[in-house]
Amino acid sequence: MAKEKVNKTKVVAPKTKFNKTYIKRYWQLYALLLLPLVYLLIFKYVPMRYIILAFKEYKLNMPLRDMPWANVKGQTDYFKYFKMAFKNPDFLRALRNTVKLNLMDLVMGFPAPIIFALILNELRFSKFKKVVQTIAYMPHFLSWVIIANLVTTLFATSDGLVNNIITRLGGEEFSFLSIPSHWVGTYIGAGVWQSFGWGSIIYLAAIAGINTELYEAASVDGAGRFKKMWHITLPGIKPTIVVLLIMNLGYIMGGGFERPWAMKNNLVIEACEVISTFVYKNGIQQLKISLTTAVGLFQSVVGLFFLLTANTISRKLGERGIW
Amino acid sequence: MKIRSASSKIGDWIFVLICVIISIICVVPMVNLAAKSLSGTEYLIRHDVFLWPKGFNLEAYQTVLSDPKYQRAFVWTALLTFVCTILSLTMTALCAYPLIFPGLKGRRAINIFITITMFFNAGTIPNYLLMNDLKLLENPLVLIIPSCLSIYNMIIMRSFFYGIPDSLRESAEIDGASFFQILIKIYVPLSKPVFASLALFYAVGRWNGYGDALMYIKVNKQYFPLQLLLYNILNNTNAVEVAAQEGFMQPGLKDSLKSATVMFATVPILLIYPWLQRYFIAGVTMGAVKE
Repeated sequence: MAKEKVNKTKVVAPKTKFNKTYIKRYWQLYALLLLPLVYLLIFKYVPMRYIILAFKEYKLNMPLRDMPWANVKGQTDYFKYFKMAFKNPDFLRALRNTVKLNLMDLVMGFPAPIIFALILNELRFSKFKKVVQTIAYMPHFLSWVIIANLVTTLFATSDGLVNNIITRLGGEEFSFLSIPSHWVGTYIGAGVWQSFGWGSIIYLAAIAGINTELYEAASVDGAGRFKKMWHITLPGIKPTIVVLLIMNLGYIMGGGFERPWAMKNNLVIEACEVISTFVYKNGIQQLKISLTTAVGLFQSVVGLFFLLTANTISRKLGERGIW
Repeated sequence: MKIRSASSKIGDWIFVLICVIISIICVVPMVNLAAKSLSGTEYLIRHDVFLWPKGFNLEAYQTVLSDPKYQRAFVWTALLTFVCTILSLTMTALCAYPLIFPGLKGRRAINIFITITMFFNAGTIPNYLLMNDLKLLENPLVLIIPSCLSIYNMIIMRSFFYGIPDSLRESAEIDGASFFQILIKIYVPLSKPVFASLALFYAVGRWNGYGDALMYIKVNKQYFPLQLLLYNILNNTNAVEVAAQEGFMQPGLKDSLKSATVMFATVPILLIYPWLQRYFIAGVTMGAVKE
């Protein structure tokens, strides 16, 4: 992969001058790009101007530049809202939970697709393999609203399917959802369930790219199934594993909104509140605009730092980055 | 060909068994849901339904399908998904195609301009304030325009375009075709697999998404996509209103109705994705190997 990249970037652009013939030939390309670039400008760059609100006092119906700088009793303190956030126990909890849930997602969710791909690779019946794959991709196509509902119907204490089976078999009810530490397990499990099949696609492609002669040679040498898996397949997909691991580490501060919002419940509020849900509740529902803008900026900047670091490491190892 | 040893054959069957178990874990929740949606109330109250419907009936589906609220939401979400997919594919192609020309001046700057948006996000609140300024709050367009281009998908399409031989483009240029004609006559027809794959990604994203609607639309409930409607019903916001309307007060009926509603919102995608498997596998793989 790395070599390909080098070749591509070495393609030297033909040296043409920016003159009439160039414009006559190329104007259409700029015209095509116009709409996407305007879109990015408006929806990705223009919002950045509101970031300044993290350092200002938000006032409704006032132009952005007229809003006063953040201040404590008239004393300007640009970082008032950042300090406020880091004194806010709810935010600190959300920050901890974000990192914790992301890390656990990584620990449980990262190896799952690799293991699944290795297992699939051992199947000899291609029709059966295809059916298993199709089934394993299914959870990826369910929305979090629906997955959250499936989780409740399966794992609820009084009327969930799993607990029904447990009690019928004479066991004791297990609260999967109402005790924070159990809820975390269920949340992570739902994530693994949703993504392991989909995640395996990339590894299957990498496995397909391994030279089959290696396997034949190993068979001749008398290597068994697991020896081949360990000495050929795993080394063959190692570059893919390394890149994906590093990039995943880069998203450790990130966090979607739809999954935690759909799966949260009030009994485990101390475990399920993450930054995205904190921002939604405090910002959009309660209009603490400056505070939540500051929180969002903090998350974006730290996220940027992690991503750039991940990208640099990935490139240092001779692999591609994400750009 | 070497004859496979007995122990290796046993090994094969162990892997088959593991895969069967994994598949069961994947489908059981949906099967259970389907069974509940088709079961009679009396069995549901006793929590007697597992994988097969008991007291088979279609009442829950009749209720859901004849409820104008669900019909509306379904049609609206289908329309939304269709428009979003077409628009997003167009935007993606418009963005990807010019960037494959090495002779395009300013390509580097444009690439940087695009890449920055992948790394840095202004954040939820700035985005919300932007929608407010653009008068997009409570506006159905807010579900279409802000998400109409994914740079990640653009990179996938660009990789695919890179894979089309330059010679095709060059010979068309010699024949006097403009760059726009080349896009329409050569690149689009040759790129059906990547369009199919990205169409699925965009469509699933829109069909399943509810976060944007939750944030940007509060009053105009007629614009709620199916998933948000579902979220509100499943989580019993406005419990009294919803419960009274839907017969959600009766415990058994509640179960079958909920299940039928979820099935109603899920089945369309479950019917489509297996047919596009070949394409989305190619799409995911291409996103990984890039140019």
